[in-house]
Amino acid sequence: MSRISACFSDLKSHGRTALLPFVTAGDPHPDLTVGFMHDLVEAGADIIELGVPFSDPMADGPVIQRASERALAHHVSLHDVFDMVRNFRRANDRTPVILMGYLNPVEVMGYEAFARSAAQAGVDGVLTVDMPPEESHDLVQALRAEALDAVFLAAPTSHRRRLEMIADAASGFVYYVSLKGVTGSANLVLEEVAAKLGEIREVTDMPLGVGFGIKDAPMAAAMAKIADAVVVGSALVSRIEANLSKPDKIGAELKQLLHEMRAAMDAN
Amino acid sequence: MEKNESFMNMPDERGHFGPYGGIFVAETLMEALQELRRAYEKYLVDPDFLAELDADLQHYVGRPSPIYHAERLSRENGGAQIYLKREDLNHTGAHKVNNTIGQALLAKRMGKRRIIAETGAGQHGVATATVAARLGLECVVYMGEVDVARQEANVYRMRLLGAEVRSVSSGSKTLKDALNEAMRDWVATVDDTFYIIGTVAGPHPYPAMVRDFQAIIGREARQQIQDMSGGLPDALVACVGGGSNAIGLFYPFLDDEDVAIYGVEAAGEGLDSGHHAAPLCAGEPGVLHGNRTYLMEDKDGQIIETHSISAGLDYPGVGPEHAWLKDMGRANYVAIDDGEALAAFHLLTRTEGIIPALESSHAVAYALKLAADMRPEQKVLVNLSGRGDKDMHTVAAIEGIQI
Repeated sequence: MSRISACFSDLKSHGRTALLPFVTAGDPHPDLTVGFMHDLVEAGADIIELGVPFSDPMADGPVIQRASERALAHHVSLHDVFDMVRNFRRANDRTPVILMGYLNPVEVMGYEAFARSAAQAGVDGVLTVDMPPEESHDLVQALRAEALDAVFLAAPTSHRRRLEMIADAASGFVYYVSLKGVTGSANLVLEEVAAKLGEIREVTDMPLGVGFGIKDAPMAAAMAKIADAVVVGSALVSRIEANLSKPDKIGAELKQLLHEMRAAMDAN
Repeated sequence: MEKNESFMNMPDERGHFGPYGGIFVAETLMEALQELRRAYEKYLVDPDFLAELDADLQHYVGRPSPIYHAERLSRENGGAQIYLKREDLNHTGAHKVNNTIGQALLAKRMGKRRIIAETGAGQHGVATATVAARLGLECVVYMGEVDVARQEANVYRMRLLGAEVRSVSSGSKTLKDALNEAMRDWVATVDDTFYIIGTVAGPHPYPAMVRDFQAIIGREARQQIQDMSGGLPDALVACVGGGSNAIGLFYPFLDDEDVAIYGVEAAGEGLDSGHHAAPLCAGEPGVLHGNRTYLMEDKDGQIIETHSISAGLDYPGVGPEHAWLKDMGRANYVAIDDGEALAAFHLLTRTEGIIPALESSHAVAYALKLAADMRPEQKVLVNLSGRGDKDMHTVAAIEGIQI
């Protein structure tokens, strides 16, 4: 069983929902990322989602886009991201790590080389935002050959046939984009999300994560009632952005927000 | 490919031109793209739609655009005869409107009330704002902050036409970032919004659809040059940024194997300088803006900033069909630098009284080189994709003149 599947089945046996924080690797400085990852685990993260910076993050809102720009100012590459995961693994061999990013850096490295290096570094899953299942065959094969999970997005606009295609290609869990929009958008409607999760459950037994638009503890708690995992990204990255002049304080800020979310979710 | 097989039956049903093209977007857009593909496939064979499109192209755009034998230019240059396909004479001054008319009519049939577009030099933005004004559709144009500053006149034109121009300050603040921002808008507004992409890039069906709307250039030119000169041209030349005017000219000639095809990229300050916009000549395959194609990228796969004197060629990718035609050896891709383009701009202006866009000047510059090594009875057909009025400030500034 993959580290991700093991994590979900362990949580399920304790009746808990997974909390998945997202930070961009190298934001605001490459030296800080591994520390943030440990902070997030300490504050209650079950799985870490690490953003791979890209020059043209089409599916992200301004907050995560600026995080990419800050990381790229330090020329953070996939090799650097692997190094960060390797360092994180020295002190933590339990918490799954998922890389989330865009296809082009992976294309340039080559699918096999990417999958091999990711697995060796201690990565557990990969979510490539701009690669729908239709185009994913070769990369999914390469990931599976290294026992890495291929995580896919499902969206409010995904109809039954697409959901089936997504379920076929995915492993680990399915990441439901809870609104029509980019990361960090507003206007999340709980009932609509719940209805769509029901539809997805008709085509797969995989755990369902929900992300895009979860800003605070009450929202996280509400989502935790209907999803198997709650993803929080832009809200964390905003805390990083608000403290760029005081980088020493960022870790504590991230911990505080995540801790509030964890507490609210566990109080369900 | 077998010798007798056609170059004209791409892409496949999933939008692939060999290894290029495809659909590389976030899941949220997949349904919108499928809806668009269904509409495009339905209406491109629908007699009512085609009649409406033809009528608009004739009475609103002013088609057919003529071809013109540039005799003085040919004589002065020596060698082959140079013919110009006069897309600069279209309403709004460039080939862009052929496509925006088509997509806007499609948007109307699909019941969309809002149009969005990205623009670099502003030509596609103006062409989009123009058709939106005519059809009474709400229109938002995304434009990089750098381009907003260097294309002031076009920004004003768009606003006069009733469009909202949104300045994009992310990334390199140019065309690619405007495209990112338009995609972000579309993800959130797919229900009532139609995204008019201005070139033959983007996810399927855009590269095929935009080509089909622009192919009228080549269909007309293929007939016109035979009527005027008694035969097909020996060579075609067109500038390539995203590549829509080029594919529009090339496509109807792809199976004419005796017609050589040249796409001209922007070499900027020179291919060796790194400051250029020539992904086919000096880039590598990758994935950006929804399709796999040749890109300007660094060793880590990050997209790098491009440079060209011409804002319309200043784009790090290129349409996937061009990538495929390059690999198949059916078309040749070459590059012309800023200085060569500027010299051709002046030469055409002085010898023929035609002021070309700086984009089109790249094609003229390569045609001059090519023609010089050919015989006088041979013919080179150049797509004069746009007029140069919009470039007055750029050219004057280079020459130290304030206008």
